[in-house]
Amino acid sequence: MGEVKKSASQKGAGIVFFLAGFIGALLVGWVVFPNVLYSTKTQPITFLHSSHQDSNCEDCHYFRDDGSYNGLPKVAKCAECHAEPMGDSPEEKKLVEEYIQQEREIPWLVYAWQPDNVYFSHAAHTQQQGIECVRCHRDVTKETKNPPFKENRLTGYSDKTMKMVECEKCHAEHGASNACHLCHK
Amino acid sequence: MSGSAHSEHAESKVRYGMVIDLDKCTGCGACSVACQQENNVSFRPDESDKLRTLSWMTLYRLENGAGYPDYRAAMLPRPCMHCDSPHHSPCTFVCPVNATIRDEHTGIVDHVAVRCIGCRYCMVACPYHARSFNWWDPKWPKSMEAMLTPEVSPRMRGVVEKCTFCHHRLNLARDRARLNGEDPDSVVYTPACAEVCPTGAITFGNLKDPNSDVAKLAKDPRAFRLLEKLHTEPKVYYLSSAQWIRRQSDNGL
Repeated sequence: MGEVKKSASQKGAGIVFFLAGFIGALLVGWVVFPNVLYSTKTQPITFLHSSHQDSNCEDCHYFRDDGSYNGLPKVAKCAECHAEPMGDSPEEKKLVEEYIQQEREIPWLVYAWQPDNVYFSHAAHTQQQGIECVRCHRDVTKETKNPPFKENRLTGYSDKTMKMVECEKCHAEHGASNACHLCHK
Repeated sequence: MSGSAHSEHAESKVRYGMVIDLDKCTGCGACSVACQQENNVSFRPDESDKLRTLSWMTLYRLENGAGYPDYRAAMLPRPCMHCDSPHHSPCTFVCPVNATIRDEHTGIVDHVAVRCIGCRYCMVACPYHARSFNWWDPKWPKSMEAMLTPEVSPRMRGVVEKCTFCHHRLNLARDRARLNGEDPDSVVYTPACAEVCPTGAITFGNLKDPNSDVAKLAKDPRAFRLLEKLHTEPKVYYLSSAQWIRRQSDNGL
């Protein structure tokens, strides 16, 4: 009963097979699966914040008198300037003809969309309180095209949707309350 | 009565509580209806099986047991008591997943439906039957869907739900205070039941503010709480001048 000794070539083959399997698994986990999980969608209209620098952020994203936040403006707000096309961009033509003239709301894909049970108070997270918009939202000032909307096929949420752990972490760091009812309704 | 129980809680400016005056209550049920409407509490076509229905604000009928002409009856509206007992309320003590926790800044006993696993330990632990279980997914008649409150998320099948002291109204009041430059940590607000009560029997406010109506009424000689001997320290007080009602409040403990 002699010991089975592996030759150097057998060991080399083992390492090659191991590496092939390991790298393959990494590729599946890091590249293939995320691509399968997220479907890429594009916005109904290319809206560029950088083309609207003559207006203030608050012209469209403002607080109502009761302290709630209006979020995205309705198409009536767009119509205040774009009742007729102001330029000759095809995207603006689409806005005027397909939405404003037909009084349809634009089905924006909201990158920061949260589930129904989440209550987020914009009034508590303003620049006066030292929190810049870009702490949570992307910087839109220099954008030349809308980033793709990556929708999780299982949950329907965007890959940019903020997770609860990020809210909790920031609250804990700033000594803010982490009571359930503060963010869940 | 409540002063000693507060000593273990975190320092904060508010501790919300409620006083229900049973001498004023006519048993009309407006509080119960308003609560159901405000908080998107769903209902079934047949609501007769009370072991399966959902109710955050339940009306109990009290009777003194005497025959005519000494017979007396009263109605007792029962929300969640938001028990203030040290460390834990009965429900928060038993919850295995921290879906129900008391917030020590406001005293509100929170229940997060999305975290609830539906084990119903809290329903067993609650001595006030303040909790209901969702046996079915909520469903409303088509014509009622536009009447749902957007500030309150409906609960799904398989979870427990209960009175929240309308904490969505607290959040809105805090936002309003922020915009007006007031202190959001000391706001007072009104839950739906207190707002709608036609006789003004329900008073809601900050128990920590000695000048508030609710703190004054809680020290009224007519004031009592339900099952006080359990030392759950409810933050919902009742007022009654009738001895037979006060006797029933501890249910023979």
